[in-house]
Amino acid sequence: MGNFGVQFRRDLLVAIRGRTETANPIAFFVLALSLFVFAVGTDSETLPRVAPGVVWVVALFAAMLSTENLFHRDHDDGSLELMLLDSRPLFLGVLGKLLAHWCVSGLPVAILSPLAAVFINAPFEIITILVGTLLLGTPVLTLIGGIGAALTAGLGRGGLLLAVLVMPLYIPVLIFGSGACYRVLDGATVTGPVLWLIALLAGSITLAPFAIGAALRGSQEY
Amino acid sequence: MNQSLIEVNELTCTVADQILFDRLALTVVSGDVLELWGPNGSGKSTLLRCLAGLFEADGGVIKRAVGLLYMGHRPGLNELLSPFENLRWCAGLQERDVSPETLLSAIHYVGLDRYKDEPCRTLSAGQMRRAALARLCISKSRLWLLDEPMTSLDDDAVALVRDLIAKHRSAGGGCICATHIKLEFPQTRVLELGA
Repeated sequence: MGNFGVQFRRDLLVAIRGRTETANPIAFFVLALSLFVFAVGTDSETLPRVAPGVVWVVALFAAMLSTENLFHRDHDDGSLELMLLDSRPLFLGVLGKLLAHWCVSGLPVAILSPLAAVFINAPFEIITILVGTLLLGTPVLTLIGGIGAALTAGLGRGGLLLAVLVMPLYIPVLIFGSGACYRVLDGATVTGPVLWLIALLAGSITLAPFAIGAALRGSQEY
Repeated sequence: MNQSLIEVNELTCTVADQILFDRLALTVVSGDVLELWGPNGSGKSTLLRCLAGLFEADGGVIKRAVGLLYMGHRPGLNELLSPFENLRWCAGLQERDVSPETLLSAIHYVGLDRYKDEPCRTLSAGQMRRAALARLCISKSRLWLLDEPMTSLDDDAVALVRDLIAKHRSAGGGCICATHIKLEFPQTRVLELGA
């Protein structure tokens, strides 16, 4: 278990204490989707068709919004130095941190997505696959976002740079995630995109913490 | 008995085109206290960060024989967590099963009993420093690297830092301490940077 549990517990506690900040991405997810309904109109034919894509894009932005603070505060208050001085590999500690972050950002979005889907008049048959792909895809977004957040940890507010760094890497997740939902709408099999999402998740769990560890060490060089 | 805790040879570091130290050599053995003196910007903090492995020097060899504790300018305390929670996390990082009683006695030692459950953002600068000092009380690391540990501390707390270092030293530990306030120990060694 190592420092995985230590980091997970601490970061979850920090997230609960900083409720307002933690709730930001979730509030963004709900608000942005509701605005979409006003903009497109509920009686339109278009809304059910664009719904899966819209939910996915908004979930992606919500993930990006929450990622910025992943390491920034730890860098500023010196906690990151203590983490880096830990003689054990950083891998598990970073993974614990990211899991805690996902539990308060990606997971609530996935849980809220059926409600959001009904809200924007999405067809019922896509709800299961929407939740499923979000459960598979949002951890990937958190892991990839973590790399960007680690690279920009020492830069103060690196918001725009972070977006530019991680956006291209988010695109495959978006394509396979919303692609699976559209396949259900079109009556096709979803195995392909879902397997791709699983592969992306497995790959990013294995590789992202290493990249994040290296980037965090780099962030200490002033 | 005088086991070498850290050995540095030929350490060279340049920051912003300024040579901070050139082919620096130092050794700290158990029971040693090495004070780093020097004006602001003379490289005291950078040297400590190099020794801790947080900053890569341009050249040189650093041989660390033992685990170390580093206390930098930044306190390493999350402002939403209490001193107790921060200390528990820190003990966990060192993979040590420290009992809550030990943590509480460390917090008592640094005089933060009343604030142990308050979020750190409500503490003053001196109290934050004291909360960070609690890490020294529970540390089992043989080598301490302290970067101006007495900044914003009152007289009592300064005495407390001296006391902690003295205890650590007599237990066979070593300490490298960047400071503007002299530690006034017998037989401390001094390395003056930027001289």
